[in-house]
Amino acid sequence: MVELYANAIVNGLLIGAIYALVATGLNIIFGVMRVVNFAHGEMVVIGMYIGYACWQLLGLPPWASVLVAMIAMFAAGYLFQRAIGNEFVDKPQHVQFVLYIGLALAITGLHAIIFGPDPRGIQSAASFATYRIGPLRIDATRLHAAAAALVIVFGLWAWLRYSLTGKAMHAAAENLTGGKAIGIRITHIFALTAGIGMACAGTAGALIAPLYDTNPYLSSEFTLTAFIIVIVGGLASLPGALVGGLLIGVSEALAAVMISPSAKSFVSYCLLLIVILVRPQGLFSARRTGR
Amino acid sequence: MTRLLDIQDLTAGYNGVTVLSGVSLHVDEGETVAVVGANGAGKTTLIRAIAGMVHATSGIVTFSGTNITNQPTDRICEAGIAQSPEGRQLFVSLSIEDNLRLGAILKRARARTDDNLARVFDLFPKLKARRHQLAGTLSGGEQQMVAIGRALMAEPKVVMLDEPSLGLAPVMVDLMFDTIADLNKQGMSILLVEQNTGESLALSSRGYVLENGSVVLQGTGEALLQDDRVRKAYLGL
Repeated sequence: MVELYANAIVNGLLIGAIYALVATGLNIIFGVMRVVNFAHGEMVVIGMYIGYACWQLLGLPPWASVLVAMIAMFAAGYLFQRAIGNEFVDKPQHVQFVLYIGLALAITGLHAIIFGPDPRGIQSAASFATYRIGPLRIDATRLHAAAAALVIVFGLWAWLRYSLTGKAMHAAAENLTGGKAIGIRITHIFALTAGIGMACAGTAGALIAPLYDTNPYLSSEFTLTAFIIVIVGGLASLPGALVGGLLIGVSEALAAVMISPSAKSFVSYCLLLIVILVRPQGLFSARRTGR
Repeated sequence: MTRLLDIQDLTAGYNGVTVLSGVSLHVDEGETVAVVGANGAGKTTLIRAIAGMVHATSGIVTFSGTNITNQPTDRICEAGIAQSPEGRQLFVSLSIEDNLRLGAILKRARARTDDNLARVFDLFPKLKARRHQLAGTLSGGEQQMVAIGRALMAEPKVVMLDEPSLGLAPVMVDLMFDTIADLNKQGMSILLVEQNTGESLALSSRGYVLENGSVVLQGTGEALLQDDRVRKAYLGL
């Protein structure tokens, strides 16, 4: 019994690390631009399809597939923001909502056209490799994916904290007027933000491509999970995204073994409700900054 | 003297409300020029319109002979116009040093960030000792120092200061005006926008009085200080 729970917790932490990466992307976009990316889950699915296409169809090694997804999604996010997104940053929220929901529908439609509605999975011998540590059996692919996600999350934190461009993003997030006044190129900073945020989602997608079969309609579940994490962890808070991701990952995994696999999202929503009632700013509240 | 910043007939406002109408003024190289006026006279809008942060509906802003009217703000900054904006607009959750370093994010000055940082710390020794402190934890006077220092980090040809004395303790006000005078002695051209009419006209070579978005009086700082209308309306004499 203990073994079962221990395995569930470990697996929860591993998938939680992936969730954390997805939520970090959502949080960076919201934190800097005050824009909610309702197409975030679709970005994860794009990453999964890129992973599938590179690995299964083109025969690239897994790390290269992930790298392709990361670079492609960064570029797509950057260009999207320069071409369209920047026009909507100042618009009312319901207008932004229409843009991102429209984007989400368009992406899902494109996926259905290109790959069809059927699940696509990666068949690879590596999928069956496991590590054994005492009573724990850890799926190798899952462990590698989680490790990569954590490296990216922490690397991103360090970059935001210590690089001049990262500080400029922080500055623009905190005080847009001040940022403009000193000549920060806001259009560029916003585009970088969108690029990084979408690359987080896409990379997470590519990392889990070997674990789950992809279909075009997975996206809304990812979007909702990311929203729950961000609200539980704290809007615009990077530590919040990490802790929230791990927490939701573990609670889902425990719910699956203790109650029933279908109770996963029920438990997540309960957590969400408790946080909203008890600590509405989230576990880690980022400083509220005026725009 | 070379004309550095030349504003001709500038009209600007927000959402169809005209705040500045037909303002003309100029700053020559090495000058301190004061723009004084009451709250709501359009002083801040003037700075924002020069910097491209507010759309100018008509008129021309020329800088070093180049028309920069309604250019993107980052390009205007890159050309050599820096500002300490209204309300200072610091990045309060970043350190003093980070705030200053961000002032040098422009291509024109980035390579000499460390030299300029040392220069700003010479000007404001108080900031050097507290360089790792968060900007939000500073006193008003210290925050104003950071805002001016951040503008200087861009190695500007002209620096625009929006109400640097606003909300400061009297002793800090004196220090701030002394610093501005020192800066000018070092050769910096300054456009000083102030409600503190007496102090700012006293240290400026020329001044403009702004009322309801238009220049109603102009002249040397000294002449304006002697002007009856200025004495009555702004100095309470």
